[in-house]
Amino acid sequence: MVWVAGIDVGASYTKVVIADDEGHVASRAMVRTGFRLDEAAYEAFSLALEEAGLQREDVSYIVSTGNGRAQVSFRDAHCTDLTACAYGAWFFYPETRTVLDVGGQSMKAIKLSEDGRVLGFRLNDKCAAGTGAFLEKTAYYMGYDIQELGELATTSTNPVTISSVCAVFAEAEVINHVTAGVAPADIMQGAILSLVDRSIQLLKRVGLVPQVTVSGGIMRFTSMRKVLEEKLGLQVNFLPDGAVQFTTALGAAMLGHRRLQRLGLGARRLAS
Amino acid sequence: MAMIFVAGVDVGSTQTKGVIIDEEGRIVGRALIDTGANVTMAAERVFALALQDAGLSPEQVVFTVGTGYGRYKVTFGNAQVTEISCHARGAVHLFPRTRTVLDIGGQDTKAIRVNERGDVENFTMNDKCSAGTGRFLQGAARALGIPLEELGPMALRAEKAVPISTTCTVFAESEVLSWLARGRKVEDILLGVHRSIASRSIALLRRVGIEEEVTFTGGVSRNPAMVVAVREMLGIPVNVSEESHYMGALGAALFAREFALAGARSRR
Repeated sequence: MVWVAGIDVGASYTKVVIADDEGHVASRAMVRTGFRLDEAAYEAFSLALEEAGLQREDVSYIVSTGNGRAQVSFRDAHCTDLTACAYGAWFFYPETRTVLDVGGQSMKAIKLSEDGRVLGFRLNDKCAAGTGAFLEKTAYYMGYDIQELGELATTSTNPVTISSVCAVFAEAEVINHVTAGVAPADIMQGAILSLVDRSIQLLKRVGLVPQVTVSGGIMRFTSMRKVLEEKLGLQVNFLPDGAVQFTTALGAAMLGHRRLQRLGLGARRLAS
Repeated sequence: MAMIFVAGVDVGSTQTKGVIIDEEGRIVGRALIDTGANVTMAAERVFALALQDAGLSPEQVVFTVGTGYGRYKVTFGNAQVTEISCHARGAVHLFPRTRTVLDIGGQDTKAIRVNERGDVENFTMNDKCSAGTGRFLQGAARALGIPLEELGPMALRAEKAVPISTTCTVFAESEVLSWLARGRKVEDILLGVHRSIASRSIALLRRVGIEEEVTFTGGVSRNPAMVVAVREMLGIPVNVSEESHYMGALGAALFAREFALAGARSRR
């Protein structure tokens, strides 16, 4: 078996996937990125090896991606997170023509070709309003952890409107709602609605062509996907079993496999 | 005839300021507290503290104007005036040649053009985004674990500013920490933070047009590194008063004096 690792060093979390050439995943691991990017990457990679029961030399190729891709000293190759995210979405859902990726500190809308290449993209990484940080801050102002957010929002019956664009200004608004006795679930759902509106604006700017595949940590929340599907009026693809957060890492791993095959190395390693 | 006194209470997003002036426009009492959750109470307390500072009783203050975002919560106020008009009026009172006012507060930054009478001719503000406001400094202070008032003096000891590339206040906190992790000096990072705010503010000033003299007001103008950064990046002198933090309250008090005198004349 030829194993390739994809390492996605994101702004908030570093994700590692070890996969074979058909996209079967041996293991995944995730650690907080922090500020020592190479160490975070190595830690996540070691965890993934351990979970897969593999040794370092069992992994034929390592591709890094994400903001901190250049800091990963033990990589064989690196690619941009746009390329990796698009390829990951396309590999598992070949009909994908548009990808929406919502991470902790960025939001991306990507337009794909039929063979999974990036044709165009729109990006927000300047402002927390259109990113997971907006939800994280909203949860934080109410004393909740981001992990509890999905659960919380599902119980909402009457979501409020959050009119502040800025995640910082939203604090006062959230506190006003709490003081007025609004249920935290309805505030959380309001924040999700606001984030989904912003993501649709970004999708429209890149030109929204079905099928749409979503990726990124924020998309693991069912409420987020449900609201998005309702507002778009179509179903979206996402990697199941909690893998939605690993789409970009998987894409990097599959790009690594493609590289090996093109170099003719995949077969040779397999033979040896 | 007995001396009359008037008051201005400026209820800001972060702090509440109160000023009492005499009929000549001289400040006789001032007070400043954190606004906190109960806005009305903050206004009442700041008024009581300003009275105490002036050695006056409430009856001696004939007119009070409320300003700031919480101006309608100043329940004892006789009138309300926007903080934009008040900052403009206060700045022109202290620096009569002021034609452009830069007011950087805890949550908003305003660029105001004024005429020689202190009337507002034009203004612009950041109402959608907290970048380039005092919140940016608060974020840095929190990330670094340094008290807000020490940021400026520390930044002045910097040797080489770190370029802060983040616009967003939320992301700036993590950028500050990442520079720290890369071994940059706290002073150099802080200078970068100050320059970043100054550059956003100057962009705002350009939108209303910069005409000399420029007066810098609001809580952030008490920060010496911000004053230096604004002066250097603007390339022209910038007026800053000891009272700049009280500029909104002073302006409100000046309006109170105007209203009180007009009222007294109409009664005569």
